[in-house]
This record gives sequence, structure tokens and C-alpha cells, in this order.
Amino acid sequence: MKKIIAILLGGIVFGCSTPDNSTETDSGLENVNFDRTAMLTHWADNIILPGYSDLLGQLEALEGATNSFINNPDDAKLSALRTQWVGAYETWQKVSMFEIGPAETRNFRSQMNIYPVDRDLIQSNILSGDSNLALPSNRVAKGFPAVDYMLFGLAENKQTILSQYTGTAGAPYRAYLSSLVADMKTLSSQIKQDWENGYRDTFVSNDGSSATASVDRFVNDFIYYYEKHLRAGKMGIPAGVFSGDVLLQNIEGRFHGRISKQMFLSGLQATQDFFNGKSYASQSQGPSLAAYLDALNVVKDGVDLSAIINSQINTARSEVQGIDTFVGALQQDPPVTFLEAYDEVQRVVPLMKVDMVSALSITIDFVDADGD
Amino acid sequence: MNNRLQTYLNTPIEAAPLAVFRILFGALMLGSILRFWAYGWIDKLYIEPQWHFTYFGFEWVKPLGIYTYGLFVICGLSAFLVMLGWRYRFSIFLFFLSFTYIELMDKTTYLNHYYFISVLSLLMIFLPAGDYFSWDALRRKKSDLGGWVPRWSILSIQILLGIVYFYAGLAKLNSDWLLQAMPLKIWLPSKFDIPFLGAFMGQEWVHYAFSWGGALYDLSIPFLLWWKPSRKWAFVLVVVFHVLTRVLFPIGMFPYIMIFSALIFFEASFHTKILNKINQFLQLPKAFVSLDHPAVKPKRDGKLYLVGLLLLVQLLLPWRYLLYPGELFWTEEGYRFSWRVMLMEKSGYAQFKIVNGQTGKRFYVDNSDFLTPFQEKQMSFQPDFILEYAHMLRDHFAAQGHQNIEIYVESSVALNGRLSQPLIDPRVDLAKEVESFRHKTWILPFNDAIQGL
Repeated sequence: MKKIIAILLGGIVFGCSTPDNSTETDSGLENVNFDRTAMLTHWADNIILPGYSDLLGQLEALEGATNSFINNPDDAKLSALRTQWVGAYETWQKVSMFEIGPAETRNFRSQMNIYPVDRDLIQSNILSGDSNLALPSNRVAKGFPAVDYMLFGLAENKQTILSQYTGTAGAPYRAYLSSLVADMKTLSSQIKQDWENGYRDTFVSNDGSSATASVDRFVNDFIYYYEKHLRAGKMGIPAGVFSGDVLLQNIEGRFHGRISKQMFLSGLQATQDFFNGKSYASQSQGPSLAAYLDALNVVKDGVDLSAIINSQINTARSEVQGIDTFVGALQQDPPVTFLEAYDEVQRVVPLMKVDMVSALSITIDFVDADGD
Repeated sequence: MNNRLQTYLNTPIEAAPLAVFRILFGALMLGSILRFWAYGWIDKLYIEPQWHFTYFGFEWVKPLGIYTYGLFVICGLSAFLVMLGWRYRFSIFLFFLSFTYIELMDKTTYLNHYYFISVLSLLMIFLPAGDYFSWDALRRKKSDLGGWVPRWSILSIQILLGIVYFYAGLAKLNSDWLLQAMPLKIWLPSKFDIPFLGAFMGQEWVHYAFSWGGALYDLSIPFLLWWKPSRKWAFVLVVVFHVLTRVLFPIGMFPYIMIFSALIFFEASFHTKILNKINQFLQLPKAFVSLDHPAVKPKRDGKLYLVGLLLLVQLLLPWRYLLYPGELFWTEEGYRFSWRVMLMEKSGYAQFKIVNGQTGKRFYVDNSDFLTPFQEKQMSFQPDFILEYAHMLRDHFAAQGHQNIEIYVESSVALNGRLSQPLIDPRVDLAKEVESFRHKTWILPFNDAIQGL
């Protein structure tokens, strides 16, 4: 009997010493297939952090352009400001998917890019002059879409918009525009600092395999971004895929009117680059989800899954490139060209959400399961 | 039933193994309920979700809102009373009812080991597990301390355990498991971070070793435990095997339940030692465990036939899948309640399209509006979930005033590492299909073949 009890106790102690929700990885052993730590390091140091730096640089430039515009509003400065806004917005598309850690805690995406904006709220904020942009209720009145409205949507044409900013009457408009840009810059700089002061190491060292490990969480976030924000937000919702009616007012950058496609393509390129582990600022590639799939030797019908995913993203891209402008395509009734392109974008989702997640054995949630 | 068999089954044997089994069962169940509660799963799985997936024929079993906690209190309390042996038959009956009700509330959480607990507690209602070393025995006269039970009462538990293992082993005899080492080839590499073994988890020979070892273990362990010379080593195997599964997979209390249940195969003397220890600790009279009184020949008992029927059903139920056409792993018709444990890596994606049959106007559903991520995950690769969800959507949108509702699903399912393919015929209006035990003709054929059981 003593022996049996000894076996029992030994087994149970070993079993219990492995935490349910393992985040510990200090076994000192290298993974024989694939080095997740190297991948996380590459993601953090060569993709995410450079991305945030680029965004901050763009927003600083935007702040500069804004200041010179509001100090002396004229047509040329408005044009320069508009161009810089488009540049910063495009950079945003490259980092929007990194909604983990500081970005998640601070609701970065919701603070930067909720559209459509609430025009009435913006107008009342301008008039009141003391709106607190940190309030969650103001998320529909700030970020890139609010600046879109301020630069392109205040009136019918550029001259009238310009006139809103001039003179004493223009002071509240200048102030609000300035506070919008300052808010975006401050937020971005906080996120970048949080990454630099601690989160980068937390992210890289959490290299285990569980619902809370960095790779698992990030892959979930990455797919969520593709499905909800890229596919649905930029295409599906405006096309009425989920409502039955085309919602033109829900297009990204609607006041500018011609950048929705460009923004979508930037986001799509960023997701593909991330999948392939392309460094943010150069053409070099590092460890990536694609490489991880290759290391696991995931071959489907004789083709590498990574190649299947890349080729579907390429198909989606060329379909979307075939659209002239999103607004134009959506005015077709029914918007056939647009919906066909959407379908190709959609086809990436099961490949990532089903095939990739399954191959990587990514944990979605922590509950007991016996795999059936 | 012939006489020799009758005599064999009714031979009085010492009740100690049954008493220990009852105590451990009660304690583990109480622990499971507390653990479930502590993780916040009552709220997360039964109160938070707007909709629940029901079992065919048990649509009326629903969570009780905030009173669901009361249900868990009853379940935990009755497990505790089973452990004490307080009004045993009432307590185990209450446990069976409350536990089974909980399991029937939402099939999203279906686990074979929950089903095992339901079957086991149903069986235990018919066993005299509360007659010896129990509160009930203490309350009775000194002259009637129990101590002897008919052989069938312990044998039935051993047979049930044997069925669970053996059928789990049979289910592994297929080409994916044995020839492709699937799904372990997918699961094990992601366990690189466990202590000691992590480094080996990426190697192919390990995947095959685990697959074959697992199948062999499941098929042979009931016999190795039964046969006295191999029993001790078999038990070592049981502990090693279940601790490994505990470390590798998120299967909760199941390993512990199986390890402790396996003790039922040991002789009465072993269990008497355990009872003596508990007796000393509780400072109960020594006579409480002693077997001074002679063996009483048990009366012929109709319960024997009920138990026999229950075990027969267990033997037959897993084969019902043979009545359905198509690949079992793909259609999952007859997959549950058959001890098919950790057998496949299956995941899916399902988009539902709501169409107005008259105007042709259509839109897609955002599943996260209605389902939790866990529910969506389970729904997206199981046809009966997909149908039930389609019906819930139909009723929801009809209540919102939508007309001529037709519901189509675009699904994509990957099984054991194959490229995903559509599961459900996207041209079939699921709003008009009805749930039944008949074959679901709108499941698309599987593009590959899996040989074996």
C-alpha cells in the first residue's frame, strides 16, 4: 500500500506542479522545431517597435503641419496638412493590427480610428471649446476620422473649409484641430514608451504555449484584426454585407473620399508582411508565422499552407486593386465588383482562422477540453 | 441467467473497495465543482452566453439564470454527502440529477469525462456503496455494520471502467491515428514548453510512439488491472499515463478521476488499510472497520438486471455510428457518448447568410453578436450545432420582423491537418431543415478516407 500511495503522490505532485495556464517556460530547453522566442523578438524589435516609431514620426510631422497651418491658415498649408494626414493615416494602417499589451490596455485602435465619426458631437465639441478627448464618449469625435472631417468635411469645397479656420471665428476650429492631433501624438508616444519601458521584454519572454502566451494571443489578435477591421470594417460593413444595405457613410476616409482603397491595401500589405516576417523598415525577413508553418511542415494537398495563404492574399489584393475607388464601386447597384473583391478578401479568413490556427495548435481560450 | 453465473455474481465479497470508491468519488466531485466555480466557469459558460446549444430531446434543459449557482451548490453538497455516506441513495440520486442537468444545459461544454461521471453516478444509484463505513452505517445498530456486498456491485464499476478504456482504444484504431500520428503530430509540437519532455515534443518518432502507446495502453489496461500479477505495474502505468495527459492537455480533473477509479481493481485488504487509517484519524470505534460478523449471503436483487442493462447499453451505444453513412469524424453522427477522447484536431469557420426569399435581399451574421468565442468555436465544425444555431437565428430575425427568412451557411472545416473544405452544402436552406436522429443529407461528403473503426 505504501508503494501505491508513493506512486500516487509522486504523480499528483508532478501533475499539479504544471500550472493550468502555463506561462512559465524556464525549462532551459530549446524547442527543436521552431524558436518562438526568436520570432517574438523579431516581431517586437524589427516590426512592432519600428512601426510605432514611424507612426510617432508621422504624427510629429502632422503636428508640425497642423501648427504651421493654424498659425497662418492658407491654401498651400492646408494642402500640405492634408497630404501629411494621408501619410500618417497610411502609416497607422501598418500598426493598427498590433492591439496587444499597451495598445490593448489603452484601447489604441478605438482611440485612433473609429469611423464613422459623430459630426454633431464634433461640432458641439468645437463650440464648447473644452472637450475632454480622453473620455470614451469622445472616441467617435477624434482620431484620424475626426481629422478627416476637419480637413475635408467641414464644407463643400476647399475654399469654404479654409475660411472656417481663419479669423477670430476660426479660433475654436484651430484649437480643436490642434487638440485632435496632439491627442493622437501623445497616445502614440505613450504606447511606444510602454513598449520600450518594459512591455517589450514581457512580450518576448512570454514565449510559452497557452491561451495567455504571446504567440497565441498575438495570433488571435492578428486574425481578429484581419477579420473585423480589415475585412469587415474597411469593406464588409460599407458594402452592407452584414446589414443588407450599402452604408456609404461607413467608409474609411469618407470625407476625403478617395483614400479608402489605399488604406485598405496598406492594411492588407501590412498583414501579409507580418505573416511573412518582413521587417518594418527593410526588405529582410525574419522568423514568422509563415516560417513557423513551414517548420511544422504543414503541407496541404501538396502545397505549403504558407504558400496557399500568400497566394490567396495576392488574389485578394489584385481584385481590390481592380476597383477604381471604393465609393464609386459601392454606388453600383448592386455593388457586384466590390462584393467579388470582398469575397476574395474573405477567403483568407478560413485559411488563417481554421487551417493556420489548427496547424499551429493555437489556444483560443482556457477551458477544459478533450479535443472532441 | 444460469445458476453458476448467478452464484458468481451474488457471492458476498468485502465491501471495503466500494466504500473507498464512494469516498474518493464524493471528494473528487466536490473538488471538481469547487474548481469549476473558482475558475468562474459557471458565469462564463452558463450565465453569460445569450444562447445555449441543447441536446436533441432535452431542449427544455436550460441554465437557470442566477439560480444556476444554486444548482451547483446542490451538486457539490450532494457529492459531499455521498462522500460521507449520508442517506446514500438519496444523495447519489440527487448528485446524478443535478450533475446531469448541468451537463445537459449546453452541449458546447460536452466532454466525455462529464458523460462518464453521469453514467457512473447513475450506476452508483443501484450499488450498495453506502452500506459500509458510512454515516448511514454509524446510525444503524451495531450488529449491522455492513461489510459484505454482492460481487456484481464492484464488478460493474470495473466493467464500466474497462469499457471506457477499451472503447477509447478501439476508437484509436484508424489510419489517421496510427499511420499519420494525427492529431498528436499537431498537438505535441506546441507543448515544447513543458518541463523535461518539451524538447522531445517536436520529434516525429515521439508522435508515433505516443499514438501507438496510447492505443495500446487503452486497449490493454483493463486486463492488466484485472490480472493480479500485472496489477501493480498496470497501476504505475495508469498514473504515468494520466499524469502525462494532464501535463500535455487541458483536461481538468479527468486524469485524477481515472487514477483514483483504478484503485477499485485492488484487493479488499488494501482498501481496508485505507479505511483503518481514516477510522483512526476520525477516532471512530475500531469495530467500525472490522469484519467480525460473518458474510451474509445477499438476497437476489432485481438491481442486478438494471445494472446489466445499463452496461449493455454502454457496450452497444458507441457502435451506433455504423447506422450512418459517411465518415464519422466528418459528420460526427454518433460521435459523442462513445469514448472518442482526444481523437481529432478539428476546427471550422461558419458564416451564416440570412436571405429574404422573396426580395433576395441578404446579409451575413456576425457570430460574436450571439455566441461566445467558445460556443462559436464548437459550433463551427459540428453539424448539429450549425443547424441549431441556424434555427436560433431564424427565430431571432423572425421576431425582429424579417420576412421569408432563408438561412444558408458557408462553412470551412479542417480535420487532422487536411486543408479545410466546406462541411455544409451552402445551397441548402437550413431554416427549413429539422433536427432528428436521421442522417443529415446536407453535410457534404468528406474528400478523403479514414480507414479503421
